[in-house]
Amino acid sequence: MDRNRLQHQVACMRRSLFDQGYLDEPFIQLEELQDDANPNFVQEIVTLFYSDSARLIQNIEHALNSRPIDFDKLDDYMHQFKGSSSSIGAKKVTNECTVFREYCSAENAEGCIRSFQQVKQEYAILRRKLEVYLQMVRQAAVSRTA
Amino acid sequence: MVLGNDASSSSLSNKNLSVLVVDDDPLIRMLHDNYLKHFGLKPLVVENGKEAVDLFQLGTSFDLILMDKEMPIMNGVEATKALRDMGATSMIVGVTSRGSPSEMQAFMEAGLDFCFEKPLTFDMIDFILKELNVNDDDDTNN
Repeated sequence: MDRNRLQHQVACMRRSLFDQGYLDEPFIQLEELQDDANPNFVQEIVTLFYSDSARLIQNIEHALNSRPIDFDKLDDYMHQFKGSSSSIGAKKVTNECTVFREYCSAENAEGCIRSFQQVKQEYAILRRKLEVYLQMVRQAAVSRTA
Repeated sequence: MVLGNDASSSSLSNKNLSVLVVDDDPLIRMLHDNYLKHFGLKPLVVENGKEAVDLFQLGTSFDLILMDKEMPIMNGVEATKALRDMGATSMIVGVTSRGSPSEMQAFMEAGLDFCFEKPLTFDMIDFILKELNVNDDDDTNN
């Protein structure tokens, strides 16, 4: 594909990720840290985020299936998930984590279960979009040096 | 954002500052490590409060410690108290995802100089480093 068109597509997709509220400011800081000395920084951080998230989602699911539910432990896990989501600028995921924690502090099991579905949904959507976006970024980078 | 220019212009004066990052989350450790390198620093990175305390007991001192609050083995509050009790004069900056005023107050009372809510931003790091450099100037003049 034409290099200029690729770069234009990358820019459009990036803008829509911010405009639609999937990403916010901390992601821009990640991009600012990527340079010739650290050319894959954003991908590396995002990959760490995926593995962090997979672990925490599994822990939360296990905690939600336990009886009785340990709301303190649930809150701890979601606190960690919220921390890493907010640190990479995953705005919608972070917001859903906040909703979950409100149900958690109210010890509302049904609310936790429902809002956890939302957390997982937002995470899955973000992950898909980021994978597409970062693949386009890589393609554009290769086409620049070709 | 103007900070990018500030970061590069101050990187020479930051070169001799020793920094410790204390966080149990590998993603946060990598992030903060790279943020600080962006400002010309070479941080040491550990996983919990006990490792920070152990380093101090071995005689290692730091100009700046970025201390997470929630960590296994020894959390940020305990580690900060322990470091201050042992006479640590480092600038200790708490970094926490728990943003309620009472939680941040409790963390401050352990002996922090500042406490910020995650995620750290370039603005916050710039502020911290300016405070550090001001303190260094004061020590030189005294």
